[in-house]
Amino acid sequence: MSAAAAEVPAAIAKRRRHPSSHREAPFGFAMIGLSCLFVAVFTAIPIVASLGLSFFSWDVISSPQFVGVENYQRLFTDGPVLKSFGVTLGMALAIVVLQLTLGLALAVLVNQRKLVWIRTIFRTAFYLPLLASTAAVSIFMGYLFDYKFGVVNYYLGLLGIPNVPWLTSGLGAAATIVLIAVWQQVGFTFVLFVASLMSVPTDVLEAAQIDGAGPLRTLFRIKVPLISPTILFAAVVALINAMQLFDQPYIMTKGGPGSATTTVTISMYQKGFQNLQFGYGSAIAIVLLAAILIITGLQFLAARKLVFYQ
Amino acid sequence: MINSTGTLARIGRIIGIAVLVLAAMVALGPLLWTITTSLRTPAEAFSNPPQWIPLHPDFSNYSAVFDKIPIGRFFFNSVIVTGLIVIGQTITCTLSGYAFAMVSFPGRSVIFGIFLATMMVPLQTIIIPVFVIIRYLGLSDSPLSLVVSALGSAFGTFLMRQYFMQMPKELGEAARIDGAGHFHTFLLIYAKMAGPAIATLAILNFSGFWAEFYRPLIFLQTQDNFTLPLGLVGLQGNLGTGSISVVLAGVVLAILPSVVLFIFAQRYFIAGITAGASR
Repeated sequence: MSAAAAEVPAAIAKRRRHPSSHREAPFGFAMIGLSCLFVAVFTAIPIVASLGLSFFSWDVISSPQFVGVENYQRLFTDGPVLKSFGVTLGMALAIVVLQLTLGLALAVLVNQRKLVWIRTIFRTAFYLPLLASTAAVSIFMGYLFDYKFGVVNYYLGLLGIPNVPWLTSGLGAAATIVLIAVWQQVGFTFVLFVASLMSVPTDVLEAAQIDGAGPLRTLFRIKVPLISPTILFAAVVALINAMQLFDQPYIMTKGGPGSATTTVTISMYQKGFQNLQFGYGSAIAIVLLAAILIITGLQFLAARKLVFYQ
Repeated sequence: MINSTGTLARIGRIIGIAVLVLAAMVALGPLLWTITTSLRTPAEAFSNPPQWIPLHPDFSNYSAVFDKIPIGRFFFNSVIVTGLIVIGQTITCTLSGYAFAMVSFPGRSVIFGIFLATMMVPLQTIIIPVFVIIRYLGLSDSPLSLVVSALGSAFGTFLMRQYFMQMPKELGEAARIDGAGHFHTFLLIYAKMAGPAIATLAILNFSGFWAEFYRPLIFLQTQDNFTLPLGLVGLQGNLGTGSISVVLAGVVLAILPSVVLFIFAQRYFIAGITAGASR
């Protein structure tokens, strides 16, 4: 700056061409002001506050008591809460695997269709479930999977299969919620994969065809490696979402039967908002965040070997 | 040999189409059932086989849903909450996205880095402090609590920044030489060109917040303040299984705005999904 001040005319000429950061700064700060305020108050500060609260015992009414790592000690000996981590992990893995496999399979099949209008019809069909709220989906799926009157058991009955206790047995409820989540979310991975497959260069595919590669070999040796960055992205997003599974089990089974579908977020809701244990609830939230970060980290670690960047 | 691979390819194609058709039926079946069952009389709503084509549509459920619960009220709340968030985020994210892309100011990359970091944090892990802050602001049990806590968005800022980054800087510099101020350059030149990105952000926000269940469940207590998804779940509880066709009529009404928007703005929905992948 002092060097610039020494050569005043040169500095002015320079400023005209490249407005310096100094002169634009007030405008820049004014422009980011609103976003900074809201992101700080409702996202950034709450992250720190969540961590802080996890070392306190607080029922919202009286003043918070510092308890050190007591909440964490309690968490790691709290059977039902620990079980909810296992339930969440199991359901999340099932959701991610099914969502990615089905999404990829459908995307490959749709991409093989030459007619644009046929592609549009299927794309719309697979996207429509995403438009409904999880609450709406949980309501009508609850009726469809009803043990006695549900349409699903009705059609299975026509095939000679006795009524399946979809929502009234532990395994059934977990499986049903996984299926419903996949049903709704598969359109997300599908759209991503369709877009990504479109970008696979046709000359590469033609070269493979000339070399005599069949459709399956082309898929696994060429298409999948080429779109692997998108697969990684879809896997990360799907897993982060699935680890927060709440709406469907809360609405359809209230976490039951027993605690078969009590996910981490349901345990956190019960401890935090129903029992008013804000400190303990925060500790659960922090451990969930840590679990999500660790799993995402593992995904990126695995991706180092598997993902192919052009 | 050539003949057998030809038949094999043909069989493969037929299986492929069959799988697609089956998958489309599974995707659409539950939605179709919801619509047709909402058009059956309450008495026969739960009787199987389901009626896939509504031969004698009965619209009484749609008036019943307005009589039995304040669905008009829920609709109003949802429109206000979603509308204000969409408008608010369009403003905050366009401003900050532009600044991070086009304006140089000290600490820009550090602040943007903090924005990116908060993007990774799931809502559910910060909901307790957010709830406490809402209480301190005196917004407990108010639909406005949903709006205020969603006015800033790191993702929206990121989305807008990416779009502004692609725009030529020369346009703004030319306007500045002609005497336009910083804000005028932004508003009259760059914001005008950002239409597609703004539409994508608005659509993403609409579909996300219109469908939202978790925050309303935690923030709202009085039925009059409920948004549609929360109100519908309550409706299901109150009525029991006796008249599911009424509940389903409410479900159809709740989904309808999203579907209508999707018909007119499909490419922005798709852009919203692929936008995240370009990170």
